[in-house]
Amino acid sequence: MTDRRTIIPFGPQHPVLPEPIHLDLAVEDEHVVEAIPSIGYVHRGLESLVPTRDYQDFVFIAERICGICSFTHSSTYCQGIEAMMGVEIPERARYLRTLWGEYSRIHSHLLWLGLFADALGFESLFYAAWKLRESILNDLEKTTGGRVIQSVCKVGGVRRDIPEDTLSSMAFRLDALEDELQELTTVFLGDYTMKKRLCGKGILGKEQAYLLGAVGPVARGSGIPFDVRMTDYLAYQDIGFKPVVSDGCDGYARCEVRCKELFQSVELIRRLISDMPEGEAAVTVKGNPDGEYFSRSEQPRGEVIHYLRGNGTKNLVQFRVRTPTLTNVPALVEMLKGCDLADVPQIVLTIDPCIGCMER
Amino acid sequence: MTSSAKSPWILHYNASSCNGCDIEILAALTPMYDVERFGIVNTGNPAHADIFVVTGGVNEQNKEVLKNLYEQIPAPKVVVAVGICASSGGVFRDCYNVSGGIDTVIPVDVYVPGCSVRPEALIEGIVKAIGILEEKRADMEDKK
Repeated sequence: MTDRRTIIPFGPQHPVLPEPIHLDLAVEDEHVVEAIPSIGYVHRGLESLVPTRDYQDFVFIAERICGICSFTHSSTYCQGIEAMMGVEIPERARYLRTLWGEYSRIHSHLLWLGLFADALGFESLFYAAWKLRESILNDLEKTTGGRVIQSVCKVGGVRRDIPEDTLSSMAFRLDALEDELQELTTVFLGDYTMKKRLCGKGILGKEQAYLLGAVGPVARGSGIPFDVRMTDYLAYQDIGFKPVVSDGCDGYARCEVRCKELFQSVELIRRLISDMPEGEAAVTVKGNPDGEYFSRSEQPRGEVIHYLRGNGTKNLVQFRVRTPTLTNVPALVEMLKGCDLADVPQIVLTIDPCIGCMER
Repeated sequence: MTSSAKSPWILHYNASSCNGCDIEILAALTPMYDVERFGIVNTGNPAHADIFVVTGGVNEQNKEVLKNLYEQIPAPKVVVAVGICASSGGVFRDCYNVSGGIDTVIPVDVYVPGCSVRPEALIEGIVKAIGILEEKRADMEDKK
């Protein structure tokens, strides 16, 4: 019998892909037998810039690893430098970083929900999700000055403080936001078409997810209760945190985890605003970093690790980043095995790929 | 005014950008800014496009893809470089892999600065691009 296998190229430019990634899909009839990813379209090599930049200026470049999780990248970087230098940041700065981190999580999850709806051809839902996202961006812009790149984190704290009256108006808007989120997520989780396209598609078992090192909503959608926010970082221990987990192991479960995390983030923001400590928003930092540090935090897409090494000069010697999308690609390859060709776009999107992060 | 000026279709490509400008391009299409009211539609097919919207500083692997896409767009076509990376390389200019701007690979008509670009600036850039598209079309018809 002759080999019926055909290779179909998917990407780097494709209508459902907002970013370039290339997959070679080996198909037999309409079934995908194997998916071979190839990456490198967004690789800029920004880690190689550390020897030429001051460690305090590098925050801006670290923030531009990715435009969606920009805030988390800058806070992870600053957190690492502060740990190396033994700098204790003010309580208020710690709370503010957590607050902006949660705001960017809501913005990122809404962005994903929109793109996902668009990939399914559900255009009005895409617009509804992005319309809701604009209210989050407005609050981010009002408090930081930037819509997607905020540049508000610095070594030693944060650049801007949020006045009390702005905080209370933000808290006030959360109720309306929650109602609208409720309306939006009901469509994602309850709609017949959505269920048809998601349930039982892109299956990743718990064991496999663990072995392939999946992180973030991909791992939590496969029943692994792992979230870096459970560890003691930023203000998460003070305000209390429990990860959202689903045992579905399919695309629907991952969508469900992200939808529930939206409400969780709203709740965390409420607690942060009500417990916000008084005081300064930054301390002055003198000297240069020496030593090495692994800085971890939870991005909207999962765990991100920044490895930093300094030698007591103003430039770092080495900087490495491991981002959640990169660790989720092996899981994606596993999910694609045996799926129908028509399901490939939405399975690719269920890992919430962020190629800008992945390739740096 | 021809149909393509009344309803220009855009092709968006991320040529090694950080995503910041890309999500702002999509934000410009969604209800808050809603460029679709001007007839602007985001298409995934280069053969349908009039305006090529590119973000990012172009790395080695992307050069060929970018050239390919540019060649597949039918004339007259206008290229808009969105964001400071697409205009000059931005903060990534010194990276070993970044060529430093779209104009090192394909000709650019409109530069929209910003990091990341604001949707308002982007809309102004597209409006300028529509003017250039019309000029190019008139030139082509003169030559016939």
